[in-house]
Amino acid sequence: MLRFTEDHEWLRLDGDVATVGITTHAAEQLGDLVFVELPRVGATLKKGAAAAVVESVKAASDVYAPVDGEVVEVNDAAAGEPASVGADPQGQGWLYKVKLADPGALDALMDEAAYADFVK
Amino acid sequence: MGVLALDAPLGALGAKPSVVERQMTDSAVRSDPFCAAEPLRRTPLHAFHLRHEAKMCSFAGYEMPIQYAGGVLKEHLATRSGTGLFDVSHMGQIALVPRSGDVDDAARALEALVPVDVLGLKAGRQRYALFTGKDGGLLDDLMVARLPDRLVLVVNAATKEADEAHLRARLPDGVEVRPIDRALLAVQGPGAEAALARLAPEAASMKFMDARKIEVDGAPCLVSRSGYTGEDGFEISLAPDRVEAFAEKLVEAGVVPIGLGARDSLRLEAGLCLYGSDIDEATTPVEASLVWAISPARRAGGAREGGFPGAEVILQQIAEGPSRRRVALAPEGRAPVRAGAELFSAEEGGEPVGRVTSGGFGPSVEAPVAMGYVPAALAGVGTRVFAEVRGRRLPVAVSALPFVPARFKRS
Repeated sequence: MLRFTEDHEWLRLDGDVATVGITTHAAEQLGDLVFVELPRVGATLKKGAAAAVVESVKAASDVYAPVDGEVVEVNDAAAGEPASVGADPQGQGWLYKVKLADPGALDALMDEAAYADFVK
Repeated sequence: MGVLALDAPLGALGAKPSVVERQMTDSAVRSDPFCAAEPLRRTPLHAFHLRHEAKMCSFAGYEMPIQYAGGVLKEHLATRSGTGLFDVSHMGQIALVPRSGDVDDAARALEALVPVDVLGLKAGRQRYALFTGKDGGLLDDLMVARLPDRLVLVVNAATKEADEAHLRARLPDGVEVRPIDRALLAVQGPGAEAALARLAPEAASMKFMDARKIEVDGAPCLVSRSGYTGEDGFEISLAPDRVEAFAEKLVEAGVVPIGLGARDSLRLEAGLCLYGSDIDEATTPVEASLVWAISPARRAGGAREGGFPGAEVILQQIAEGPSRRRVALAPEGRAPVRAGAELFSAEEGGEPVGRVTSGGFGPSVEAPVAMGYVPAALAGVGTRVFAEVRGRRLPVAVSALPFVPARFKRS
């Protein structure tokens, strides 16, 4: 199940773990990324708080936690190669995996069609 | 030169597409105390910018391109490897015309406002200068060109009205202060000479800091061999109704339009100050590591020692050393350290000892780069200090300016 937030993140749910990244649209808006900072594995995320940071030449942008939960895995390859997040944000450029505190937390988020509408 | 603080507030992703663009604009507006709520002014290249898919932003009261379709990183690298075209028409151009006809009269008068040898400037040459205040702080930085019948100043966009008022208030009646309503373009990069020489063959014979009236593409222009990127290049002042056709001819020849975003990263790598960020009324030229711009003739023991605002403070600081200095800061890790980050002498505890005034990622250095102020005792190259970023203290090394070697055509 693929879901999107108004903060331009995507989540793919697998059991009670969601993979999180920035949307293709966000990546296009941000431009070439030169630095990616990921949360620590084991960190507790609070919905709406900064979970990761992506930086272009000219600006740093927070990536907010879209749900409450615990970080269970991070994409170290993305941190080592920030450009990969921009190149394939909804694939190889995923950021981290979070174990949901509330498995129903994704229900309120947009599906792909709704997000496409949202960014129009 | 030019006030620019491009650091967006965190949370760019928390925005709709239109707002992502606006957020860039708003950050520039917020960081720009000179920008009132009045309608933005446009340069004569406005249509050119839109045609080349610029993202526009508010800057110093003007609607300016922050980047074009290629993006900041590619624009930066295109300038270092080829040729970039910058619209800097928002900057102030001011002529100082001596009613006597003797340019020495204008030069002598201007020397009362800058710690620079203007009288010694030969016709056809340009020099970097500083307007100092009575406490030794910096009111602006500028370029002064000497032509056969006048001086021509290029000042920062955000300070141009204040500079003009300063000149009118302080210069004698014998020197007319005449704002110049012309467009200003910068053509920068290793390909600049070849690109400009196609339209103005005489440009090829100019050397770094030459300034001459020459014909470019059939139009009379004031051309100087200078810029704000650390690369060889030219700045071309020309009539507003000629600039668009000229810019398009350059683009047809392969010159790449460059926005304010890459202009900022280029000047940062080149170690050049941004007025309003790295220097302002609270920094002296000595603290700002701009002593090189204070001419020997105006220093202690010089032919025309002192005689500029703040001379006592500034000459004393030259003699005794300033308590703090602007230095280059090279973050040891990969995380950019941006303007506003506080600097500490230790990894834990203690009060801030300084502040980062410019910082970001250097596309040519392929690493983060920054500048800031540290106490004199910590200003030695190789000294390790710590910058606080998102609550963590990151090690940064005081390093030599510039980050990339200048490639001016000096001979």
